[in-house]
Amino acid sequence: MEAIQSHTGFVYPLNRANVDTDQIIPKQFLKRIERTGFGKYLFFHWRFDDNGMKRANFSLNEVKYEGATILLAGENFGCGSSREHAPWALLDYGFRIIIAPSFADIFYNNALKNGIIPIQMDAKQVKEWMDEAAQEKLVLTIDLRKKNILKRDGEIIPFEISTYHQKKLLNGWDDIALTLQHEEKIKAYENRYL
Amino acid sequence: MKQPKTIIEKIWDKHVVHREEGKPDLLYIDLHLVHEVTSPQAFEGLRINQRKVRRPDLTYATVDHNVPTKNRDVIKDKIAKKQMETLKNNCEKFGIPLADMYHPDQGIVHVIGPELGLTQPGKTIVCGDSHTSTHGAFGAIAFGIGTSEVEHVLATQSLWQEKPKTLNVHVEGNLAVGVTAKDLILAIIAKFGIKFGTGHVIEYTGEAIRNLSMEGRMTICNMSIEAGAKAGLISPDEKTIEYLRGKRHVPKGEDFDKKTEEWLSLRTDEGAVYDKQVTIHADEVEPQVTWGTNPGMCVPISGRTPNLQDVDQKADVQRALEYMGLKENQPVTEIEIDHVFIGSCTNSRLSDLQKAAAIVKGRTVNEEVRAIVVPGSFQVKKAAEEKGLDQVFKEAGFEWREAGCSMCLAMNDDIVPPGGRCASTSNRNFEGRQGNGARTHLVSPEMAAAAAIEGHFIDVRKYNQVLERMNR
Repeated sequence: MEAIQSHTGFVYPLNRANVDTDQIIPKQFLKRIERTGFGKYLFFHWRFDDNGMKRANFSLNEVKYEGATILLAGENFGCGSSREHAPWALLDYGFRIIIAPSFADIFYNNALKNGIIPIQMDAKQVKEWMDEAAQEKLVLTIDLRKKNILKRDGEIIPFEISTYHQKKLLNGWDDIALTLQHEEKIKAYENRYL
Repeated sequence: MKQPKTIIEKIWDKHVVHREEGKPDLLYIDLHLVHEVTSPQAFEGLRINQRKVRRPDLTYATVDHNVPTKNRDVIKDKIAKKQMETLKNNCEKFGIPLADMYHPDQGIVHVIGPELGLTQPGKTIVCGDSHTSTHGAFGAIAFGIGTSEVEHVLATQSLWQEKPKTLNVHVEGNLAVGVTAKDLILAIIAKFGIKFGTGHVIEYTGEAIRNLSMEGRMTICNMSIEAGAKAGLISPDEKTIEYLRGKRHVPKGEDFDKKTEEWLSLRTDEGAVYDKQVTIHADEVEPQVTWGTNPGMCVPISGRTPNLQDVDQKADVQRALEYMGLKENQPVTEIEIDHVFIGSCTNSRLSDLQKAAAIVKGRTVNEEVRAIVVPGSFQVKKAAEEKGLDQVFKEAGFEWREAGCSMCLAMNDDIVPPGGRCASTSNRNFEGRQGNGARTHLVSPEMAAAAAIEGHFIDVRKYNQVLERMNR
């Protein structure tokens, strides 16, 4: 996993609640055995019509959002299946940060494992930025070390993330290597119960 | 006196390998179920880092998501075929037992786990699939994980997990005749919402839950994830013990008696406190039909689609109605369907098929409807055929298929066409779930069977004489 300390980019506002993983990456694209190359299938049926043409009424297709790296969404983002293809698709498309009032549990974990920072932000703030980003380019700097978000106008908004996850993201640590340091304890558990 | 504990805390605390301030717990995993879709990248990760599978003996694999249910010998989709071959190669290389497409134990991973007795009370069970919560019906903590976590469990047989909060869903009273476990869980999700379980493990309690069969309990726990919960479970009782007795991977003789004692002692202690508690009255629950694009968008069969002026999330409701091709304030019984799917890890077990067959028997599928039955496993299929259920379905005009996930998520050829409308016994009615542009209505097997006959939704209790003859 690639380490991430801070990130500056602009926002794509997806003003929908309960965006499920079937929308993020539809099932017909889950058959590949690689981790990469899922970006072109992100939000596939929202972005493209049945003939593979871009839908004019889906905002991610608007030129002004090309190159957005921060996804702003409604509550319960990533509900549904456990498919890690969802964060793989978001990352491959270019999103490093997702800001929403709430996330589904499995998605939240899956995002963290891939160096995406899922930021839980109160609904009022999300709504405010949603409107702002729809009007003009909203540039944010996410500082993971300080756990805050800096706006261009100088406003600083703090966010919460557990120290454990913060540390792992900052260092890009491999979970398995960390766990293997506890090998003796795993063995002891097995000797006791299995 | 010892502090009373919930079953959730009892199982969790026992499995903590390492606990440290400011970190999640390192939790030991007793059973890891693997399927073809969410595992290839995990095995690849092991290979790159030259790691082994720590406990192939606690790991069990099958193919379910991609398998053809019509003709096993023809897999037109080369990428799907490669994914299944990849699982086979990985299982051979890493020494993991595999029930492949032709194996007599093959089936949907959440159907075969209990069937083989791999699923047992008190275990921690994971799988790269969100419906792993199904196994909680036996009093296990069972939850879905992503592929990175699959790799982690393969390598270490453990997982870093935040200790979840506990949530008690208490069901007062009893379900009426013709109202099923599926209706109850849909009513729970409709009442409390699709994220009320987030961050929690649910324990379902109450008379109605106790009176459900093990298969009904699996249907309940299966859809815990649709309420946002990490897992859902039910404390073991005599029914649990009787279901498990004699199953292949369950201990025999004296060992079984010893296990029985241990399993029953897992029950939530009198006076234990949950972080959150909600109550629903079973006798008020009617057969349910979802009208929208998430499982919480659900009404009783006597109900109507929402009035836009009455709802809070107007834009979401409007979007859902548009996608579903429905108007506001439309009676559910007027919704005409053209597809029926009886199957999935929610409702594809023998009793589900028996109940649907009892409705179908002697009747004919409406000529506008294409209806399929997909048993949850090879063993379910065989048992159903021994009881002649395949004949009942086929004579009525249903297609009778091989076991797999099939039209629940339409990764194989079993797809609802764009604009098609399906009465489905599965668990998700998300946009495009059963095919691009397809419209899904979640219902019980009985309600799906009745819709197949009528061509539209109907209160299955109108088939009352049939229901009275059925084994509840």
